[in-house]
Amino acid sequence: MAVRERLFALVVKELLAILRDPRGRVVLIAPPMVQLLVFSFAATLDVTRIDIAVLNQDAGHHSIEAIQRIAGAPPFRTIHYVHSPAELEDAIVMQRAIAAIQFGSDFSRNVDSGREARIQVLLDGRKSNAAQIVFSYLNRIFAEVASEYPLSLRARDMAGPGVDVVARAWFNPNLEDLWYMVPSLVAVIALLMGLLVTALSIARERELGTFDQLMVSPLRTWEILVGKVIPPMMIGFVHITLFVLAAVFLFRVPLNGSLPLLYGASFFFLFATVGVGLFLSAASTTQQQAILGAFVFMVPSLVLSGFVTPIENMPGWLQVVSYANPVRYYLIIVKGVFLKDLPADAIFQNTVPMAVIGVVTMLAATWLFRHRQE
Amino acid sequence: MRLRDSLRRIRALVRKETRQILRDPSSILIAFILPILLLFLFGYGVSLDTKNVRVGLVVESPSPVTASLAGAFRGTPYFQVSEGRDRREFEDSLMRGHLRGIVVVPKMFTEDLAAGRRAAVQVLTDGTDPNTAKFVQAYTEGTVALWLAGQGSGAVQAPAGLTVEQRFWFNPELASRFFLVPGAIAIVLTLVGTLLTSLVVAREWERGTMEAMMATPVSALEIVIGKLVPYFILGLASVTLCLVLATLVFQVPFRGSFFALYLLAAVFLLPSLGLGLLISSLTKNQFLASQIALLSGFLPAFLLSGFLFQIGSMPVAIRFLTAVVPARHLVPSLSSVFLAGDIWPMYLEAIAILALMGAVLLTVSVRMTRKRID
Amino acid sequence: MDTPSPAVVTVRSLTKRFGPDGPPALDALDAEILPGEITGLVGPDGAGKTTLIRLMTGLMAPTEGHVEVFGNDTRTRAQAVQEAIGYMPQRFGLYEDLSVLENLTLYAELRGLPEQDRPEVFAELLRFTDLARFTARLAGRLSGGMKQKLGLACALLKKPRLLLLDEPGVGVDPISRRELWSMVENLTREGIAVVWSTAYLDEAEACSRVLLLNEGKLLFAGPPGQLTGRTRGRVFRVSGFQGRKRDVLAGLLEDPLVSDGVIQGEALRLVLRQESPPERLQGMVMVPAEPRFEDSFVDLLGGGPGGRSVLAENTREFPKDDPKPAIEARGLTRMFGDFTAAADITFSVPRGEIFGLLGPNGAGKSTTFKMLCGLLKPTRGEGRVAGFDLRRDGANARNRLGYMAQKFSLYGDLSVAQNLDFFAGVYGLDRASRRARTRMMTEIFDLGPYARQSARDLPLGLKQRLALACSVMHEPDVLFLDEPTSGVDPITRREFWTHINGLVERGVSVLVTTHFMDEAEYCDRISLIYRGRSIALGSPDDLKASARSDDLPDPTMEDAFIALIRKSGADGEPKGGTVS
Repeated sequence: MAVRERLFALVVKELLAILRDPRGRVVLIAPPMVQLLVFSFAATLDVTRIDIAVLNQDAGHHSIEAIQRIAGAPPFRTIHYVHSPAELEDAIVMQRAIAAIQFGSDFSRNVDSGREARIQVLLDGRKSNAAQIVFSYLNRIFAEVASEYPLSLRARDMAGPGVDVVARAWFNPNLEDLWYMVPSLVAVIALLMGLLVTALSIARERELGTFDQLMVSPLRTWEILVGKVIPPMMIGFVHITLFVLAAVFLFRVPLNGSLPLLYGASFFFLFATVGVGLFLSAASTTQQQAILGAFVFMVPSLVLSGFVTPIENMPGWLQVVSYANPVRYYLIIVKGVFLKDLPADAIFQNTVPMAVIGVVTMLAATWLFRHRQE
Repeated sequence: MRLRDSLRRIRALVRKETRQILRDPSSILIAFILPILLLFLFGYGVSLDTKNVRVGLVVESPSPVTASLAGAFRGTPYFQVSEGRDRREFEDSLMRGHLRGIVVVPKMFTEDLAAGRRAAVQVLTDGTDPNTAKFVQAYTEGTVALWLAGQGSGAVQAPAGLTVEQRFWFNPELASRFFLVPGAIAIVLTLVGTLLTSLVVAREWERGTMEAMMATPVSALEIVIGKLVPYFILGLASVTLCLVLATLVFQVPFRGSFFALYLLAAVFLLPSLGLGLLISSLTKNQFLASQIALLSGFLPAFLLSGFLFQIGSMPVAIRFLTAVVPARHLVPSLSSVFLAGDIWPMYLEAIAILALMGAVLLTVSVRMTRKRID
Repeated sequence: MDTPSPAVVTVRSLTKRFGPDGPPALDALDAEILPGEITGLVGPDGAGKTTLIRLMTGLMAPTEGHVEVFGNDTRTRAQAVQEAIGYMPQRFGLYEDLSVLENLTLYAELRGLPEQDRPEVFAELLRFTDLARFTARLAGRLSGGMKQKLGLACALLKKPRLLLLDEPGVGVDPISRRELWSMVENLTREGIAVVWSTAYLDEAEACSRVLLLNEGKLLFAGPPGQLTGRTRGRVFRVSGFQGRKRDVLAGLLEDPLVSDGVIQGEALRLVLRQESPPERLQGMVMVPAEPRFEDSFVDLLGGGPGGRSVLAENTREFPKDDPKPAIEARGLTRMFGDFTAAADITFSVPRGEIFGLLGPNGAGKSTTFKMLCGLLKPTRGEGRVAGFDLRRDGANARNRLGYMAQKFSLYGDLSVAQNLDFFAGVYGLDRASRRARTRMMTEIFDLGPYARQSARDLPLGLKQRLALACSVMHEPDVLFLDEPTSGVDPITRREFWTHINGLVERGVSVLVTTHFMDEAEYCDRISLIYRGRSIALGSPDDLKASARSDDLPDPTMEDAFIALIRKSGADGEPKGGTVS
């Protein structure tokens, strides 16, 4: 009976400590929403609005045709015409263009006479990823252009039956980046907020001297910890709810799966996040240590989550490390529930590891809490 | 005389701050351990060069032709293929995210080819990760084209009659760590400049040391300088660490000059530190300061600086927003100093913009650090 | 300024409001601070003392009116003001992760103390503050009192022309306070003006002039003797009564004709509202006494609180005949590394007794205290409360004790009402009793007007009141009070003791640490702790008797304290440093 009263008092106190200050309320709601809005649009690996430089030494019409084709293609924005190889190189060096195309003086002549015609493409390797994508766009355009040229003898030889590749993307037919980013950011932002709020909780009491007062009260260790765990989880659920609403109504991301399953999995994700935060908090003596500790956990857990880059691209041992990262599992669940209607057993499979992480970190936090009292 | 007094006070403040940094393990953590971790993750963990993507290959009716095509899929380093006879075998795996795509060679494939008709290969991709989906699609096309070319009489580039010569400057191996590692330095500098600084100043307000200090003849400007100098030096120290790691461990070339690198880093630290000071004098509270530093410093440097995501591809509103993100102006110069050499016109422009931002932020933060407690 | 005024600080029709519609923290104040003397700033908590000092530092701007320091308007020439002053804020302003010496060096540089003068000044300040042994220790690991001394040393580094001290005596033991006072007095001889804000009225009495503030208004300005005269002929020393001093006093304070009363040695000191004694006093021996500043202070502010404790009346009765001691310490020892903070402390407190731990700062009182309530694990020995070892029996035992920490340790982010609610909840009170108890505490401690204010922003005395309210929320049978009245104004202190006395009558046992020697008189028994050891244990009268000598035929508690410490210092080998 009394346990319930005590826990209730603790939870209310924790919530008030965060939310009573109007600035605290603003900080808890506004930045996450801004993050969701800005980063959903910002984080795209697509390459569009491409600026290229062209050095056309060719007098014929074939090069002009090719350039017009490029100019007309949607991802390209500006074509800087340059007049010397030095200028061409300069455009790349100064990053005015990510790719520079050079047509030699004999280009059209070669095309017309059915000889091998050459195009040189210079790309900025400082952005090797984007440059590769640009190159693939260019290649496709050149292939199209070339298919209309009078066939050379050799090419005529090999013109046989073709193979069409018919692609279809499941779950996201137009391959909308937003559909990927918004559910991913739900996980990422929920992690950031949950971690910081929890990491501060014990460290703040230690720093401000209120900790002793808690320790002489009849609260048991587990009650204090439970009292520290519930409020950030409640805040986390509020965040997740806001994000889900924004995803569905603002970003129009389809919600195909089961919302109750998402919330069930979210419970364990928040549990694991808060467990990590609590562990950091119990290990810190000052708020500064707790916040910085949270950062040091946060950065790798973002990178190793599959959010920035697929996990299977990582070296094997890093893939193993990523098994300890709750975000890894939650990302699969959030995206799965939104876009795929992920079956319950798959959700369950990804929930168990989060529960394990939560239990382990909570136990570690309890142990530290007991041993760092003096 | 007054200047000498002023310098003496600044020296005292700097010495004090330095001692505090050296004594608090968490500052060392953020300035030295986190950079190592970040470079490590970006050097090894994050690779935008997708490889070994798991796909299912369904050959509905095997023949020598399809066996040769399947061999082509097995042979490419980009795919890791599981083979089957019916796409339904793989649909569940695609749903669960175990496979990124299914390549289907239909029953009629061999027949169509033999009859000189265009044959089709289907690709089903997991659209929940649009990037990987596009990748699977593109490389299926590539693999099929390559196979097809091999089937013909001679090995020839796909666009007949047109040769595209490509050259990736600065990064011929197309190693993404070559631009990710320099980008990570911008993040490290942002963390030291903005996050760490905002915390330490907020802590002085919370602990009441600011009040005692302000009642001495110290001016607001001196307080600000006393904070700037140590973290400025700390920032440059972590740049040095990053430089050593980047070149020795990650084999990133360093083609520019040390002078350019340190000058860029130093100028970049001005707006970073200015932002940190501003946040702390506005919030005077470590929790709020950390939240705002996260929102306005770390995440923009991570997501809006152009180091992971191309700024050109973002919607127009967000592109304007990136103009005020200091890291966005540093990243191109930073990757150039490593990969391209000294490109002074580019650096000077970045330096001018960053210095202007720094001047504005620092002026505002000196103003905000008024010697008033009401 | 055609006629140069001798005043160092001139305050003209000064009003300060926080927020546009807030009540004035200072209301149309006119005052002057003169050089070469100590000006005491006194008044109940929340009167505006700290605000006035901050306005003098130039860290706050007046809403209306002017403050001029050495002819510099604080609004426009704050820098010039700050060149000339030394200021010690209530929160010391020390860097906890810097050592004692590093803190001193920092402030020496900031205040422009020439390098060649430093060794001498440091040596003098370290001797005076008795910190010479701890120069390498981090400020964060000093005891509260030692921090205070260090804070003062930092303010004194470069002899300022105006020294502003915000409650420098809080949490400092009598010996240190005396030393502090004589040092500051020396400064005034050099023409330095000192503003000394204090809740200790014996200090105020020794000031050249006092400014008495109440609710932002200046009630009195002038030499303290002038105010003291106000109660002349109404102060009596009363003895020859039956029963315990505490009970008799409680009864007398209820008499409308009695303005104020305290225990003074074996007698009571009463201030009457009129010169003729009330009937109640018949049969007792009344000797007219010389009025003190404190008598007039309390009288001017409307007299002390009554002797009834509503709190005690609403507390259940605990059986006093329980033979088991309420608190028991057996050979409690605590080491920090090779340094002994507390050595072999042994005592026991029966039910319904007030037991006092006395001693200078850092003597080991707080360490002993923390071991008993389970916050520190003893290296050796055993502590029991209500029969439980708190380290082992945990939660249920803790449910029976109330704890009030030395440093304010409630939740500053929460409002007063929310703090009360929280502690009611944490002690497992159900909904109905939670509501009843919090309402009662709000009434008893007069917290109603502050209910929605953040606890952090309360004046010190109100914070202490709130802390006491929170610690007795669940009707504990053992109460641990660590310097409960430090920094609290005299009226609130009387109120505290009324409550403590009332609770003890109900069978509550109290363990209290205090610096106020007059408060030690309220204790049934006292243990005097010095350098980690208990050097004397007995009733206040016993201790005083043991200090009696030819030179001191009738020693006060403070005399006894100093004499006993001297005696032990002579034969006991001083031990290293202190942590409390």
